[in-house]
Amino acid sequence: MSFWTRHQIFEKNSIILVVGILLVIAIGGLVEITPLFYLKSTIEAVDGVRPYTPLELAGRNIYVREGCYLCHSQMIRPLRDEVERYGHFSLAAESMYDHPFQWGSKRTGPDLARVGAKYSDDWHVTHLTNPRAIVPQSVMPGYPFLGKTEVDPDTIADHMRTLRTVGVPYTDDQIASAGADLKAQADPDNSGSDAFSKRYAKAVVRNFDGKAGTPTEMDALIAYLQMLGTLVDFKIYNEKANLR
Amino acid sequence: MSQPSISKSMTSGESGLAALFAVTAFLCVIASAKALDAPFAFHAAIGAAASLAAVFVIVNRYFDRPAALPPAEINGRPNYNMGPIKFSSVMAMFWGIAGFLVGLIIASQLAWPALNFDLPWTSFGRLRPLHTSAVIFAFGGNVLIATSFYVVQKSCRVRLAGDLAPWFVVVGYNFFILIAGTGYLLGVTQSKEYAEPEWYADLWLTIVWVAYLLVFLATIIKRKEPHIFVANWFYLAFIVTIAVLHLGNNPALPVSVFGSKSYVAWGGIQDAMFQWWYGHNAVGFFLTAGFLAIMYYFIPKRAERPIYSYRLSIIHFWALIFLYIWAGPHHLHYTALPDWTQTLGMTFSIMLWMPSWGGMINGLMTLSGAWDKLRTDPVLRMLVVSVAFYGMSTFEGPMMSIKVVNSLSHYTDWTIGHVHSGALGWVGFVSFGALYCLVPWIWNRKGLYSLKLVNWHFWIATLGIVLYISAMWVSGILQGLMWRAYTSLGFLEYSFIETVEAMHPFYIIRAAGGGLFLIGALIMAYNLWMTVRVGEAEVQMPVALQPAE
Repeated sequence: MSFWTRHQIFEKNSIILVVGILLVIAIGGLVEITPLFYLKSTIEAVDGVRPYTPLELAGRNIYVREGCYLCHSQMIRPLRDEVERYGHFSLAAESMYDHPFQWGSKRTGPDLARVGAKYSDDWHVTHLTNPRAIVPQSVMPGYPFLGKTEVDPDTIADHMRTLRTVGVPYTDDQIASAGADLKAQADPDNSGSDAFSKRYAKAVVRNFDGKAGTPTEMDALIAYLQMLGTLVDFKIYNEKANLR
Repeated sequence: MSQPSISKSMTSGESGLAALFAVTAFLCVIASAKALDAPFAFHAAIGAAASLAAVFVIVNRYFDRPAALPPAEINGRPNYNMGPIKFSSVMAMFWGIAGFLVGLIIASQLAWPALNFDLPWTSFGRLRPLHTSAVIFAFGGNVLIATSFYVVQKSCRVRLAGDLAPWFVVVGYNFFILIAGTGYLLGVTQSKEYAEPEWYADLWLTIVWVAYLLVFLATIIKRKEPHIFVANWFYLAFIVTIAVLHLGNNPALPVSVFGSKSYVAWGGIQDAMFQWWYGHNAVGFFLTAGFLAIMYYFIPKRAERPIYSYRLSIIHFWALIFLYIWAGPHHLHYTALPDWTQTLGMTFSIMLWMPSWGGMINGLMTLSGAWDKLRTDPVLRMLVVSVAFYGMSTFEGPMMSIKVVNSLSHYTDWTIGHVHSGALGWVGFVSFGALYCLVPWIWNRKGLYSLKLVNWHFWIATLGIVLYISAMWVSGILQGLMWRAYTSLGFLEYSFIETVEAMHPFYIIRAAGGGLFLIGALIMAYNLWMTVRVGEAEVQMPVALQPAE
């Protein structure tokens, strides 16, 4: 029986054909994806990476909602020009708490993986409200509505609880004080600021949008942008430490 | 009044589905009342209204229909079920025009950013998923469902399985599109490209897709032909694999069952890999395997020639579906994804060139002995040119997956150009060709209203594609080179914003190309509308006119 006649078994039995398809398409995915969950070399151990603060998380959700990832990547490749333009190439550990990841696929605007602390908060407020007021050639949409919308401090704990279930190591303490922390991060005069800073290493406490009162979406988004890429201290990062 | 020969009663499908929708309506009302955010309340309200409408339609249809369900055969000939196919064809045309229009709008926004209007629901970031989903899933999906339901019936010589089930598939699928699309405008997204809809839309799509698989498979199982026709292998691979991809990429935990926001189970690297395993195979199985099925049925049919090589189609099929699934990591070259995975992805992407061109050769060589028809039949010309575009973009793809090429092309408009040579040239043209064939067939028309208009459509759209892809090649390569340009002193030569400024003329040319493509589709819609409205009816075989006794 030749190969071609043998193939008739698929052409004459729909269920065998379906099983054949399933087997054939399973192989590639299994080989490429499963090892990423257990090979230790996939994500190097790096000091400094921590889960997002409540305000940063709220900001990240705005980043996702507005589709920022469609024009801005968060993944610096180890190429000479990129490292010089944007900073140290991105490490796997830096996005390990990202559900979902925001690496992006297109740079209509620049990469944002290390945009944190590059510009002032004022610059961000002006730029997000009207990009062309500060960069005349920009093609970015304006987001004036962010400064007018308040962030809800009451629901953010539920978001952190959900993230904990999918693997982000939030502590009970962090979840219990989520609402208060969200307000504290945008208000340096807040009595809870010190306790907040202890819960989140290196988190910046500032009035990001420069306005008093409940944090706005502008506060949240800028808090997120200002922390991007700042968690790992590359002065002490040893890239040889993870070689094996 | 004659007495019905059999007593009329609801089928279990009718009563079950009506009851199920009644329950759904009730649940949706509760969800809408308890919703935590406005978009979720809105979607639950639409869900409630649609469920109630479904109950009404099912009951109404029951009272209107004769006691017996439509027979599977009339006088020994299959009694094909064309209703759901007509619905999907009309929706395909509608969503196609909507999707091309949104594409034109976002292309114009990149050239003239004032068009974002500084409003949340008109900004590029929310409209871009609307464009991609409208053209891929709404337009492409409806074309695939319509043609697959047609091809499976004709090539198996049986009536489509199920009574309400095919309607559930076509209407349910379009309802998914409605929820997904309105969600994007309201800011409901998981931010996973081409898998943006949130958890509840994903759940609904899963139900619809399983029904789709069951209808398709059940029709094949009761076929009158011993062999399963090659187009059906491709449709089956498309349906089965899309189900696997959808389930693999979308597991997410909602923050609340009364809210739209969820967090995906995967994070960081694993999420990136799952996403592009999904993303590239949405191209491989939705936009390739499904449309290759169209190629394998419609080109031989239209050219009135058999498929060039049966053996080639066997090799083409298995090699294509085996190799495609590995190609995802080429979207993640030089990222934090481990090198071994990137290299595997690149290797398989390059190998993928072979089955792709094998398929192209099989499609093109089917024209052997019928090449002259390209001069007289613009529909066949459209189909053949689509296969040529398929060949071009499946050469370009493997080339771009080579790491050094990718280091230049990635993140630039070159990728956008590549996608559109495949999407406009291959998927667009093969869909147009299939719809030009299908509409006269299912509405029993002798032919199209005007072949001349098809010709106009063909040339206007082709010109649009050429403008689009050449503008994106130039802008993409230009931007990639500008990013890595150094001065003689060793400094980066251009600031980022200078590279944005340099794109402006090409963005205008691209928008013009997209505009032409849209005009072509409007001509097509008019032509199809007139075909249905005033087209000359096909003379039926007298035997088919006999009512069943």
